[in-house]
Amino acid sequence: MRDVAVIGIGITKFGELWWQNLRELCVEAALKAIKDAGVDHLDSMYVGCMTSGLFCAQEHLGAIMADYLGQKHLPAYRIESACASGGLAFRLGYMEVASGMSDIVLVGGAEKMHTGADATFALASAADQEYEAFHGNTFPGLYALIARAHMAKYGTTREQMAAVAVKNHDNGSKNPNAQFPMKINKETVLNATPVADPLGLFDCSPVTDGAAAVILCPVEMAKKYTDTIIKVIGSGAATSTIALHQRDDITFLDAVYHAGKRAYEMAGLKPEDIDFAEVHDCFTIAEICCIEALGFCEVGQGGPFSEVGNTALDGKIPINTSGGLKSKGHPVGATGVAQIVELVEQLRGTAGERQVKNAKRGLAQNMGGSGASSVVHILEVQ
Amino acid sequence: MAVGIIGYGAYVPRYRIKAEEIATQWGDDPEVIKRGLLLYEKTVPNHDEDTVTIAYQAAKYALVRAGIDPKEIGALYVGSESHPYAVKPSGTVVAEALGMVPDIHIADYEFACKAGSEAMFVCYSHVKAGNMKYAMAIGADTSQGAPADALEYSAAAGGSAFIFGADEDKIIAEVLYTYSFTTDTPDFWRREHQMYPQHGGRFTGEPAYFKHVVSAGRNIMEMAGLTAKEIHWAVFHMPNGKFPLRAGRTLGFSKEQIEPGLVVPWQGNTYSGSSPNGLAATLDSAAKPGDLILMVSFGSGAGSDAFIFKVRERINEVRDMVPKLWDLIHGKKFYLTYGQYAKFRGKIHLNPDV
Amino acid sequence: MIVPRHYKEMPQRYKLQGSRCKACGKVFLPPRQICPCGSEDLEDYNLSWKGKILTFTIIRTPPVQFKYQKPYAVAVVELEGGGTIQCQVTDTSLEEIEIGKEVEIVFRKILSEGEAGIHCYGYKCRVI
Repeated sequence: MRDVAVIGIGITKFGELWWQNLRELCVEAALKAIKDAGVDHLDSMYVGCMTSGLFCAQEHLGAIMADYLGQKHLPAYRIESACASGGLAFRLGYMEVASGMSDIVLVGGAEKMHTGADATFALASAADQEYEAFHGNTFPGLYALIARAHMAKYGTTREQMAAVAVKNHDNGSKNPNAQFPMKINKETVLNATPVADPLGLFDCSPVTDGAAAVILCPVEMAKKYTDTIIKVIGSGAATSTIALHQRDDITFLDAVYHAGKRAYEMAGLKPEDIDFAEVHDCFTIAEICCIEALGFCEVGQGGPFSEVGNTALDGKIPINTSGGLKSKGHPVGATGVAQIVELVEQLRGTAGERQVKNAKRGLAQNMGGSGASSVVHILEVQ
Repeated sequence: MAVGIIGYGAYVPRYRIKAEEIATQWGDDPEVIKRGLLLYEKTVPNHDEDTVTIAYQAAKYALVRAGIDPKEIGALYVGSESHPYAVKPSGTVVAEALGMVPDIHIADYEFACKAGSEAMFVCYSHVKAGNMKYAMAIGADTSQGAPADALEYSAAAGGSAFIFGADEDKIIAEVLYTYSFTTDTPDFWRREHQMYPQHGGRFTGEPAYFKHVVSAGRNIMEMAGLTAKEIHWAVFHMPNGKFPLRAGRTLGFSKEQIEPGLVVPWQGNTYSGSSPNGLAATLDSAAKPGDLILMVSFGSGAGSDAFIFKVRERINEVRDMVPKLWDLIHGKKFYLTYGQYAKFRGKIHLNPDV
Repeated sequence: MIVPRHYKEMPQRYKLQGSRCKACGKVFLPPRQICPCGSEDLEDYNLSWKGKILTFTIIRTPPVQFKYQKPYAVAVVELEGGGTIQCQVTDTSLEEIEIGKEVEIVFRKILSEGEAGIHCYGYKCRVI
C-alpha cells in the first residue's frame, strides 16, 4: 500500500442554494479542487451522495459528474452510506490510490436537498424503513431516543447539549462558507421550537445544499504539486445495526468506536495524539456521543466535557472548528468530504480565524443514519 | 345438540367526550340530553382505531375465554356500518392478524345497528347445522354522528365478539331460541358517498325501533313460552338510555333486569356493537349459571334479531380471564374537547397533500 | 403504492412474528436468516405482547403522513422474553410516559396511504 496525500481542496457555499442544481454544485467544488491541486488530468472520480434519487429523481451520478466536469470517459463511481457517503467515498478514493491502481483521484461529495421533495421522507431512508420510519419516527426522533437514554443513564443535560451548539456556532461564525454563521447563546437553544423531545430546532443540523471535493495522489507524486504534504495516516470504517433499538447499547455509537479504533491502529496513534477533529454533529447529542466513542473523553462524560470548553477552538481538543454540521450546514453526501477540506485547511495553516495552533494531526469522523455506519480518517501534515 | 357461546369479549376505546361538551358546541341544553335520553358521555375512537382494530381486540378477548386454537374457527363475520373500506373486508384483517387463515369463511355484514347480531345469528346456524366446529361473530363500529344532530350525542365506538360452538364443556351461554323480525322501514339510512347518515326524526321511534324490537321480543317469548318474569335479564338495542327501558317495560321487564347491560349512558351507542356489548356486559356482571337472557337487537331499515340464552356454569370460570366491559367503560379514560373530537373523527376539512 | 412492501411485513406487523436464534437465544423482529453469532439455525418466534419502555421521544415535527397526529410519542420497547421494537405510544397522556414503564402492545392502524390507498395496520404500545 502506497502512502497517499491530499493535494487539492474545493468547497461551495453551503445553504439554501435555489440557483444551483446538483451537477452545478459538484462541478464548482471539483473545479476548485482541481485548480487548487494544479493537476492536469484525473484517473478516476468518486462522488458521495446519499439520495439524489429521492431528492432529485436522479441516479447514475458518477456518469453525470464525469460528463459535466468535462472528463470524457473517466471512470466514475457514486458511493452511498447515508450521511457517511462522503467519508466513505474518500476512503474508497484513498484505497484506489494506495493500492496503486490509480494515481490522481478526485473525491467529491454533494447533496441537493431543496428540491420540493419531502426531506423528512428522503432522510428517513437512512433508518430502518419498515421498523423505524414506518412507525412515524424521524431523524431527530431517533437521536432524541438516544438523548433521553443518555440523559437517564449518565445525567447529561439539555444545557450540556446546548453548549455544543453554542460552540459550533462560535466556530461557524468564522467560516465564510457556513450556512448559519451567526453566534447564538444557550437560551436560544433551550427555548427553540421543540422538534422531538428533548431536542429542539437548535439541537438539529439544518437542511442544506452544497458540495465539496478533494484531490488525492501518492505522497511521492504530491511533492511535484506542493511543499505541504498532508498524508492520510489512518482510515477505518465500521457498521452497526440499522435499527437503533437493536444496538447493544442505545447510548453508545459502536460503529464510531470501531471505525475510530481501526483508524487509530492503522496510524499507530491514540486519541490523545489527535490535535483537532471534525465529528458528525448531526444533532448536539451526536457530537457528545461521537467524542465519547472516539476516546476524546470518557464514555458518558461527553456532556460535562463539552460544557467546560474542552472542545472549543482554544480547548484541549477542538471539535468542529468548521462550525460542524450545525452551523456550517449538512448537505448530506458532501459532509464527509467537507470535513476533509477543513482538516486540510487547518493542517496547511490556512484556516484563518478558525486556525488551531500547531495543528499537526486531524481526525475526521463521518456517520450514517443513527450510527449504523461510520468512517474515520486521520490526516497528518509532514 | 346444544350450541352456544363458548367465548366472548368486548372492547371500547379509552377516549370520551361528555354530553356537556357537545351541547356547548352546538347550543343545546345538556341537561335535556342527559335527562331526556340518559346519555352522559360516549366513547371516541383514537385516530389509530377503527372497526378493524376494535373487532380485533374483542376477538382476541373472546379467544382467550374460549381457549381454542384460532385455526379451528370455520367462519368469521364482522358486522358494522363503519367498515374501513367500502370494498375490501374487515374480517380478513382480523382473521389474518389472529392466525385464523386460510381455512376459513369470511364475510362482512351490514344492516345498520344489527350487523353484529345478524352475524351471531348466522354463526349459530353454521354450528347448529354441523357445518363447522366454531364460528365467530363480531359487531363493531366507529359510527359518525352528524354535527349538530341529536345522534352526535350517542354515536360511539366499540364492539364485541362471540364464538359459537357445541362443545358441552365449553358452552358459557346456550342458545335456546332465535328469531328475526324484518320489514322495509326506511327510518335511518346513508346514501353512498355521504359522510353522515340521515334519519326520520320521530319516525325512528314507534314505526321503527319499537315496532321491531317489541315484536321480535314478544314473538320469541311466545315461541319459547316464556314471560318476562321467567327471563332474568334483557338486553335491547341501545340508541339512547330511554328506548331500551321503554321497550323492556312494554314487554314486562323491570329496570333492574335491563340495567346490567345498559352501557349506553356512559359508552354511547356502539351501533353494531350495541346490544352485543350489552350482552357482554350482562355476562360479565350479573349473569349466573341457569339464568335466561333475552337479547333483541335493532337495525334501521329495519329489523330485529332476537335470542334467548341460558347461562351455564362456565361463566364463573371465564368471566375474569380478560378485562370486563364495565371496567373498560369506567376505567382509564381521557376526555376530549369538541375540537379534539372533531379532529379524531375526521370532521375537519383537511388540505390534501401534493 | 405501498401494497407489496406492507403485505410482505404483515406477519411481523400483525403478529410480531420474528425469529429466535437456537444457538445464542437472541430474538429478532423482523426475522433473520443468519444470526450475528454466526448460526443459521433460527426458529420462528412470536414476540411477547408485553414489555417496558427503554427510551422514548415526543415527535413534534412529524413526517407528512403523520402531520395531524402531532405530538405523538415513539418509544423503544423491550419485550418480555426477548426482542426490542420501536413503535408509537398510543392511548396514553404524554406526561405519563417514563423510562421503565410497563406497556402492552396493541393492534392499531399505523398509517393510511393518502385518501385512496390502503390502511396499514401494525403494532403500537400503550401504558397499562
